[in-house]
Amino acid sequence: MATTEKTDYSLIGPNAQRAAEQGLVAAEWYHPEVARKRMKELMRRSDGPAARDTALWLALLVVSGVGGGLFWGTWLTVPFFIVYGVLYGSATDSRWHESGHGTAFKTSWVNDVLYQVASFMNIKEPTFWRWSHARHHTDTIIVGRDREIAAMRPPDAAKLLINVVGLRDAWDTAISVARHAAGRLTEEEKTFIPEGERFRVYREARAWVAIYALVVAAAIVLHSFLPLMYVGLPSLYGRWLATLFGLSQHAGLAENVLDHRLNARTIRMNPVLRFLYWNMNYHVEHHMFPMVPYHALPALHAEVAAELPTPYPSLWAAYREIVPTLLRQMREPGYYVRRELPPTAQPFRPEMHNAVFEA
Amino acid sequence: MSGTGADGWVEACAVDDIETEDVIEVQCAGRTFAVYRSPQDTFHATDPLCTHERASLADGLVQGDIIECPKHNGRFNYKTGEATRPPARENLCIYPARVEGGRVFICVG
Repeated sequence: MATTEKTDYSLIGPNAQRAAEQGLVAAEWYHPEVARKRMKELMRRSDGPAARDTALWLALLVVSGVGGGLFWGTWLTVPFFIVYGVLYGSATDSRWHESGHGTAFKTSWVNDVLYQVASFMNIKEPTFWRWSHARHHTDTIIVGRDREIAAMRPPDAAKLLINVVGLRDAWDTAISVARHAAGRLTEEEKTFIPEGERFRVYREARAWVAIYALVVAAAIVLHSFLPLMYVGLPSLYGRWLATLFGLSQHAGLAENVLDHRLNARTIRMNPVLRFLYWNMNYHVEHHMFPMVPYHALPALHAEVAAELPTPYPSLWAAYREIVPTLLRQMREPGYYVRRELPPTAQPFRPEMHNAVFEA
Repeated sequence: MSGTGADGWVEACAVDDIETEDVIEVQCAGRTFAVYRSPQDTFHATDPLCTHERASLADGLVQGDIIECPKHNGRFNYKTGEATRPPARENLCIYPARVEGGRVFICVG
């Protein structure tokens, strides 16, 4: 049924209460059956794949960064900083994400180091986002509970467009870091960040302010933008691919369902994109089994594919669905894409599926 | 499984029901427990659910002395119950366990 009302996504508004009343909070979600022995194999941690991929990522960062510096002041600097920007401003999103789940490396402290570094490059405050993302996994795309819904209805075209270069994220983060550095949280933030963790949020925000102050000071002393091209600005000029990846995960799909097959996308991607994205294109599988490391997601996909909707054949194909859907949601916010389960799949809580399909 | 003995000990499962460095969920004495077999072949028991958001720890991953929640990566030392990684912050309740005649017993009293 079409509706033109604007949805209230606040975590402390009436929809938060409604989600609780409807049994959508910390609820049981659909999972395909995977034998325990096989699941243990899939969840098994290893340092090898992430060490290899991180070494390659860092090497490419250094090479592109050195190239950009050597050719600074000429047009030849542009391709180097395009590559550097994508590695800094986009590839870090999946590094932040995977290390936040603790699944990138087997060795915990290496995960933690990567998490702090990638959080900074990705302009996502580490402790704040650890708790925000835990909520996203508990209550995925549940209105009033999940603050990580990228395309709220009706979609705000201007906000979505300026975020292609990370301007919305950067602005929100700047405000948030300033607030946290001053030792304050909003009422919404207090709903998902426990009291005992708040000192970390404040401490990290103050460290970030100090780092950015040093970079700006270096730019002033050197009379050059170059320091900012290495730290800070790549979170904007290199952000576009992370935005494309991020929006493709859930945008335009069902809200308020307890089945990731209906509210997330798995998209086939080429090896270069999968390296940059650390296999998060297997997003339905990731949500179903978030403790499976990124390098095991293709194997997990093969294990559960018969229960999942057909994957999108490419990022392009996904956007051929997402863009028209978001455009339609601007005038018809109740509209969304209904994912079809294969005939071999088991529906979960049929009454909920029916509600999605009849809405 | 059998009821609780006068001393609070109850039979939970067979030793061979659990692989080394693994966990299973067991119902006994009208309650549910997570029972672990460590890499050193010792047996341990805890409450079955993560203290963060109540996910079943029997679906999690045992690594050494650590059980990792399958939902959010919260971690506990299953021998001491200590929460070792956020989002787990509240310790896990543990129960003494022993092996007799190839069976695992836990003290629920």
